[in-house]
Amino acid sequence: MTKYLYLFPLTLLFFSHLCGAANGKLLATPGVSQVEGSAGGGLVPWAQLAGYASEDEIAINGFCSRASVSDYRLDVCGAQLNWHDRIELSYAHQRFDVPALELQIEQNIFAAKIRIYGDLVYSRWPQLSAGIQHKRLQDPLVANLLGARHEQGTDLYLSASKLHLGAAFGYNWLWNLTGRYTQANQLGLLGFGAENKHASLQFETSTAVLLNNHLAFGIEYRQKPDQLGIKEDDWQDIFIAWFPNKTVSFTLAWLDLGSIAGANNQTGWYLSVNGYL
Amino acid sequence: MKTLFFILSLLISISACSLQSSGTLYEKLGEESGISAIVEDLIGLIGEDKQLFHFFAETKVSRFRNKLIEHLCFISDGPCVYTGDNMEDVHTGMHISEADFNRMVELLQQAMTTNQVPLPTQNLLLARLAPMRHQIVHI
Repeated sequence: MTKYLYLFPLTLLFFSHLCGAANGKLLATPGVSQVEGSAGGGLVPWAQLAGYASEDEIAINGFCSRASVSDYRLDVCGAQLNWHDRIELSYAHQRFDVPALELQIEQNIFAAKIRIYGDLVYSRWPQLSAGIQHKRLQDPLVANLLGARHEQGTDLYLSASKLHLGAAFGYNWLWNLTGRYTQANQLGLLGFGAENKHASLQFETSTAVLLNNHLAFGIEYRQKPDQLGIKEDDWQDIFIAWFPNKTVSFTLAWLDLGSIAGANNQTGWYLSVNGYL
Repeated sequence: MKTLFFILSLLISISACSLQSSGTLYEKLGEESGISAIVEDLIGLIGEDKQLFHFFAETKVSRFRNKLIEHLCFISDGPCVYTGDNMEDVHTGMHISEADFNRMVELLQQAMTTNQVPLPTQNLLLARLAPMRHQIVHI
């Protein structure tokens, strides 16, 4: 999978020249792709739908991301379809590496998002979207050993996002708030649920300032459930995203993922490439 | 790390409460000559734009130029009164899409950049134009 990391954006660039890209939204406003494949920041799904499609356009996007922290590595590649800026369908494949144990855990995520109300930039109230992420763990051995109850699970979320023109000393300011109902342990990579635990509501938030039309700088916070006997911490990151044009974007982030499966202080880098049609 | 996040969040929250620096938006846009130059460049860009040009095929350019200058002067707190038609009357029946509206925003940004208007000033002008969108799109 990793071998083909570069091919995604290149293929998209190629096709975008062939058939012309959706470009009804303003540059950078769709955001990027989060680790589960939905449009958002790096960690948090946002209310925006993936890609530059507006009301009468269709957008197809692809992305690959790598998060590399002290003891683990996560590679994600995926694609999204945006229909008329109303419905987003996405698929993402995650590969979680534990180099010390020569262990790999893979997971598939099928997701959908629907825009319920508003426009990120122009509506009076924030854009509001609801989403669903269905996750299927392919290697449940570790999850079972740690006491997870299920090998697949479904997250439901509601997101509100708003871009305020000129609100930060004249710079455009974006915020997002997401509530997620989930029972996933570490995104689902360590299974779903645990003995005597129920799905719970977790909050996630992002805020960013557009330093210019091409560059966004921001932070994210993602609350996580802590269901297995081993500690699971909330996640956070600081990111910078560069949108040279409407066909490609690059995101670099510094991650603080706390404790993962008994290994503390998991900090490190995140790099993501998105291609938009 | 936690402290760093806290400070950053604080900074971003504070900066979100927009700070009013001195001078009207009209002055920041370069007053009459500044706005005229922006509008002139915008008209040039529209003339070369495949997506938007057809909307202006029957527009009298001199009137469009004068009324747009007046309108931008008026909404940026300049010493003008807008004497043109209201936005709904002007755009009714034109079937302007959301994408067309954003294309115009992009051309305006380009025209302002050409005229060395700083980004914060550009954004503040867009913030004043944005609420008119519902009187322009899909009517």
